[in-house]
Amino acid sequence: MSRFKSKKGKGSPAINTSSLPDIIFMLLFFFMVSTTMREVTVRVQQKMPEATEIQKLERKSLVSFIYIGEPKNTKMFGTNARIQLNDVFANVDDISEFIAQERQARDEADRKLLTTSLKVDGMTKMGVVTDVKQELRKVGAFKINYSTRRKVEK
Amino acid sequence: MAKKAAPEINAGSMADIAFLLLIFFLVTTTMDVDTGIMRKLPPPVENPDEDVDVNQRNVLKILLNSRNDLMVDGKRIDISLLKDKTKDFMAIHYDNPDYPEVTTRFIDELGKDVPASKGVISLKNDRGTSYDMYIQVQNELARAFNEMKNEKSIELFGLKYTALLDKNQIKAVNKIVPVRVSEAEPEDIGGN
Repeated sequence: MSRFKSKKGKGSPAINTSSLPDIIFMLLFFFMVSTTMREVTVRVQQKMPEATEIQKLERKSLVSFIYIGEPKNTKMFGTNARIQLNDVFANVDDISEFIAQERQARDEADRKLLTTSLKVDGMTKMGVVTDVKQELRKVGAFKINYSTRRKVEK
Repeated sequence: MAKKAAPEINAGSMADIAFLLLIFFLVTTTMDVDTGIMRKLPPPVENPDEDVDVNQRNVLKILLNSRNDLMVDGKRIDISLLKDKTKDFMAIHYDNPDYPEVTTRFIDELGKDVPASKGVISLKNDRGTSYDMYIQVQNELARAFNEMKNEKSIELFGLKYTALLDKNQIKAVNKIVPVRVSEAEPEDIGGN
């Protein structure tokens, strides 16, 4: 039995973990800086089309999002493409009010710079998108962004 | 008498607390950078019945039907050819009736006249066109214009358009190569 004893006695020295919190804090700060809070729960399918000629959206605080796509819960909401504003499904008529609200929430000077980002699922038919675009034109929100993913060049 | 030293605080669970915070942030935040194709919508038409008189040779008509077929100037083509077709159409062709008219425009930033094509791209889609296909077309058009800007920029300043720093140079290139994509008022063009 002495063989076991001697092994147990020696052992490798314990690893010093006193700097572990620092490492974790570093990771934490990295994530806090590089990510953004999720603000709305998206209730529609969002598989964006891919494109190569894309631009980054600058100043996220000046962007309002309109989500369009097939509802995730198809049993309850059917398979027709729906428009989602903030957290709820909406109709095309609600867009003017939504844009007005978004404008109201911003500084007077920034209102002109407001961009509308259309997050549309690739499978959606253009009919809904065209309706939304017409509505945006009517309320004067001319700056739009078709949200796409970056295509990996082969 | 010296004060009794305060007992050391056990910091062993600090890592656990930090982990907890880290996981909380991992779950509640998203990392996706929002990218996309920027476009500017035209203001609403005030008088829809009024026809804007545009010379037919100045317009490159792109049609997208509900089966995602692409038709350019009356011919059905593959999307891979669209970029070159657009570039060819927007390039300067003097006195060629198959291509748009050429005028000269004075560019303040350069202080001289440059030839400019009067060409306009007209994009029309059906209500049944898939959004994916529409974005592919928009992307090809954007690529055509970006390549033209790049070429012009290299020709004038010896730098790629994205590498230009001088605001006046960027303005000049944008003026020489304007992105002219007009979207027709929506209507059903059929094809079911």
